Amino acid sequence: MAEKKDPLISVRNIKKAFGGVMAVDRLSFDLLEGEVLGVIGPNGAGKTTIVNIITGFQKPDSGEVTFRGRKLTGMPPYKIAELGVTRTFQVVRPYPSLQAYKNLIVPLWSPRARRFASSRGGDRDAVAIDLLEDVGFERDAFVPYKLASALPLGYLKRLELARCLALRPEVIICDEVFSGLSMSEIASMVPLIDRFRIRGVTLLMIEHRLRELFRVANRLVVMDFGVKIAEGVPDKVMQDENVRRAYLGEEIKL
Amino acid sequence: MERRERRKERLDRSIKARAEGLYAISSWREVSYLLAPRAGLILGLLIAPLVVPSLYWQRVLALAGVYALLAISFDFLAERVGLVCIGGAFMTGVGGYIAGALNYYSGLPVPLTILIGTLGGAVICTLMWLPCLPLRGIYFAVVTFMFPFLATSVILAGSLFQGTEGLSPVAGFPNTWIAVYLIIAVVLIAIFALRRLCGEDIGLVFAGVKDNDQAVMASAVNVTRVKVYALFIATVIGCFAGAFLSHFSGFAGLSLFAIDFTIMPIAACIMGGPGTIVGPVLGAFFLAPLSELLRGFGQLRVVLYCVVLVGFILFKPEGLLNWASRKYHQFEHWVKV
Repeated sequence: MAEKKDPLISVRNIKKAFGGVMAVDRLSFDLLEGEVLGVIGPNGAGKTTIVNIITGFQKPDSGEVTFRGRKLTGMPPYKIAELGVTRTFQVVRPYPSLQAYKNLIVPLWSPRARRFASSRGGDRDAVAIDLLEDVGFERDAFVPYKLASALPLGYLKRLELARCLALRPEVIICDEVFSGLSMSEIASMVPLIDRFRIRGVTLLMIEHRLRELFRVANRLVVMDFGVKIAEGVPDKVMQDENVRRAYLGEEIKL
Repeated sequence: MERRERRKERLDRSIKARAEGLYAISSWREVSYLLAPRAGLILGLLIAPLVVPSLYWQRVLALAGVYALLAISFDFLAERVGLVCIGGAFMTGVGGYIAGALNYYSGLPVPLTILIGTLGGAVICTLMWLPCLPLRGIYFAVVTFMFPFLATSVILAGSLFQGTEGLSPVAGFPNTWIAVYLIIAVVLIAIFALRRLCGEDIGLVFAGVKDNDQAVMASAVNVTRVKVYALFIATVIGCFAGAFLSHFSGFAGLSLFAIDFTIMPIAACIMGGPGTIVGPVLGAFFLAPLSELLRGFGQLRVVLYCVVLVGFILFKPEGLLNWASRKYHQFEHWVKV
């Protein structure tokens, strides 16, 4: 039990300013192994900046991020992904000129994925199709063979998740996977997230949509204007005075 | 307004669908449908030196081959990897000077100098451009464009390799037949090898870098390393063209860094069909002889390249081969909307 509580990723005193705007201000939190941690906050609270900083796409002005005690800050993004800390993009980033399943050849070609593949063998196309099925593409339909440019947003969000899965990740950082999806699409995504957790993947979910997040998250961190204003189990956090104030005008349904 | 009421509908020919995958070998019709364009290209290029009227035109063909290789190299980098590299002249220059100098100073045999010029030149070009690789789009293009001028200035300032005189004589090929078939064989190999490569997994990673390099980073792939692989492949092709050229013309001088080796391949690529690898070759084999025909106009020939470039970019941006392959694979007809 004590071992389980070791932080997998710990974010310490991260500061990041864009011009005069403090996007993230002395933010610290821990991501524990096996949990689903939600990070919520109103628009412009600095949520995506945090994802970018953890995964190396942006450098913080000060502070550091560690993964299993290893310093991530300063590493290039591909090395962080190489360690198993993967991310999705809020604005999806597929390869539009490639077929959906061919999109996954890129992560499967990476050194990390090849390390896992060598013990198993098998060709990458077949693995890619399996992965797509895993995230909810119909296997026998022609959707996996469509060009990524022709896929609707729901599939592209799943493709983002599949790209992470292809790397056999330890952590998936989801940057608003539910945003822009219809209610029914979200409803089919939630079990997917649950399945990742059962498999032992640790999840950090940046979200705007509270209701869906509450169904999957064990713990919440609430941000506002780059500052952490609350942390804890969802029910407790939502009673918090500061949180209510930050979300004033937005309806919270539990 | 009439135009708005109808649009072109395109349907794949049924034979195209049948010729994909295992069904391709189900009948001679499918087989020949697949083979015809490829066989046409191979036979066309192999027969060309036999049918041209004189030795002079054989030399023009060989020169077209040089431009074709540079066009392939440009097309591969720009359209398949997303690195717009307009430093073709730097590749020919480096490859050509290495091969020429090795032959001139130490009398190494031609096959060996071409080999060293090709691989050594590719290593040098790749290393020189390595610091620019994080740049994208127009920035990478501008930086690579400067390199031939840089090299020319260094050679002039240091009076290296006999400065403006150049190295002469450099051993030539035994005869023009060998030269012209050597370059045509290399062009064919380059076309088929690159097209094959682009379908392999590494080729998909190249396409990924072109489409979205951030997603490639997030996929635990080192983008710079992938770009280095691609750049090396492209510079091998370009430096071979240079090494060939210095032996073909019996001379290794500053003209190897001429701007033509940068501009003409781009024009050939735009004209032939960007992204097809084959198209640029056809463009080069069309433009180079045409440019020879217009030799009487002297420097005005540059206008030709410009007219071709502007004309195709404005009126047929897809290029000839993309247009032709659409006609080959699809039915088109107008439908009312």
